Amino acid sequence: MIHARGLVQTFTTRQGKKKTDVRAVDGVDLDVAEGEVVGFLGPNGAGKTTTLRMLTTLLTPTAGTATVAGFDVVKDSVEVRRRIGYVSQTGSTFSAARAGEEVMDHGMLYGRTRAQVDKRGKELFAELQLDGLWERMPKNMSGGQKRRLDIAMGLIHDPTLVFLDEPTTGLDPQARANLWEHIADLRRRRGATVFITTHYLDEADTLSDRIVIIDRGRIVAADTADNLKNAVAGDLVDLEVADPAHRTAAAERLETVAEQPRHGLPGVEIEGTHVRGRVQRAGRALPGLLAALHEADVVLDAIEVHRPTLDDVFLTLTGRSLRDAESGSGTIDGADGADGATSRPATSAPVPPSSAQPTTSTSLTGADR
Amino acid sequence: MTATFWRESFIIGRRQMRMNLRNPAWVLIGIFQPVLYLLLFGPLLRPLVQQLGVENEYTFFVPGMLVQLGIFGAFFAGFSLIGEWREGVIEAERVTPASRTALLVGRLGRDLVQLFVQAVILVALGYVLGMRAPFGGIVLGVVLTLVVGGACAAASNALALTTKSEDVMAPVINVVMMPVLLLSGILLPMTLGPTWLEKASEFMPVRHIVDAVRSSFAGEVVGSGLLWGTLWSGALLVVALWWGTSTFRTENA
Repeated sequence: MIHARGLVQTFTTRQGKKKTDVRAVDGVDLDVAEGEVVGFLGPNGAGKTTTLRMLTTLLTPTAGTATVAGFDVVKDSVEVRRRIGYVSQTGSTFSAARAGEEVMDHGMLYGRTRAQVDKRGKELFAELQLDGLWERMPKNMSGGQKRRLDIAMGLIHDPTLVFLDEPTTGLDPQARANLWEHIADLRRRRGATVFITTHYLDEADTLSDRIVIIDRGRIVAADTADNLKNAVAGDLVDLEVADPAHRTAAAERLETVAEQPRHGLPGVEIEGTHVRGRVQRAGRALPGLLAALHEADVVLDAIEVHRPTLDDVFLTLTGRSLRDAESGSGTIDGADGADGATSRPATSAPVPPSSAQPTTSTSLTGADR
Repeated sequence: MTATFWRESFIIGRRQMRMNLRNPAWVLIGIFQPVLYLLLFGPLLRPLVQQLGVENEYTFFVPGMLVQLGIFGAFFAGFSLIGEWREGVIEAERVTPASRTALLVGRLGRDLVQLFVQAVILVALGYVLGMRAPFGGIVLGVVLTLVVGGACAAASNALALTTKSEDVMAPVINVVMMPVLLLSGILLPMTLGPTWLEKASEFMPVRHIVDAVRSSFAGEVVGSGLLWGTLWSGALLVVALWWGTSTFRTENA
């Protein structure tokens, strides 16, 4: 459905008299098969939306080629437009217009008749739980309703390929969960190919078959969430050792099976009563580790194994946590905590990956000892 | 292309009309201004009829007001486009297969319908106040007004999509409008002024359009004045349409 090769977009920004070329997208290759749901993940400012705007013919690529739904985005842009639906980040309806009329006018611009768009629009309103809102003005709708209206706009002509740009940004948790259902429905009910950009890890994880990670205008990884997690990070093994005297010994034993420190990933570290480290295939390494700890007379109070998160993946690939990349980019809606983390100011060092506990800055890393 | 093009333009224009009719305040403000000029400024011209070299002050003044309405009213058309752009409407329209020119022409359709209604009110009021003009001349004058109004509305839309900010657009329009108003002889004929001022006004296209509308209202259909005005307004329309379409085609981020 999508084949892009070497897509580049250069913007010229002006600071005073000095002009600088910014390569917002710097050679992106993408392949999306029919019927796939692909999550396009990256921090704000990574080039997600710019890539999307090139694929949806809104922006002409500075260099490179892309075929979308069988047609070239530059030479056959009209044919591409006929076949794709686009749900943009900013919305698509005028706040003081009537919802139903906006959807109908939009559908008619695709060459559909009045009767067709009236029927299809009302079906979509029912499917998307917008019943009774046909006459409502978008300015009087809730955030979730407005997003669903945008989706109805994007689906009115029954596209085979749907692009969603940051569909849940700014929504409350219930509205997000609800919208996820509807996005999952796009393929389940109509067999559409779906391409979603997001900076939320859990969103990419939940919705997509495959994840493409973009950072600073380049694709840094593309695979299933599981493969990405298995390939880079390893499982987090968290040993709780109440007796301070045993912690160093525990850390030493854990180091024999744990990953070496590299990139942004710290090695084994001690934090409070916890000794943590990343272990590839922890299930296999654990019996040996437990035996070694037993031999060293280390008393374990608890042991936990966490599967890696996409944030760990991002950290290993780019040396930065996704949240840091967000806060570094200076956008407002960046770290709003929807992926389960509390928002925090930019930290100079990558935040050690931990799924539950808040981390403190006074961690003693393996290398420090 | 043509059937699809006009259908798309119609869909866009109808949507715009619908929204305008729901909020007619701006339409009313737009018509109120020239009406005030007619009522409160027109009478001042009566004692000057001799110097102006015309027989009837309203036959002189209504054409000027028409062009003013066409140009100045249309210049503000772009402001609503910025609001639409901000809410993602323009992008949503650009992602459809609709012709980029239709996105512009549909909006111009709304502006022209609005301008036409305002022109009819203005001409009717002029008649009531004592204007004398042949019907054919009035029709021609109104058509010229619509052409130049369309050009200005297209330019305004193009400017709106280029600046994307009311704060930038408003001063730009003011900077453009002041010389247009002063050098086009809308209020008083440029022939009253000293030679240098009249020469300067020769370079102002709108002056020729005002002269042309005046000639046609006065029934002077044969003459170079009408020809030049027609050529100028046609040329402005072509350039503005091209500019407007290109902004709809390439509008960034």
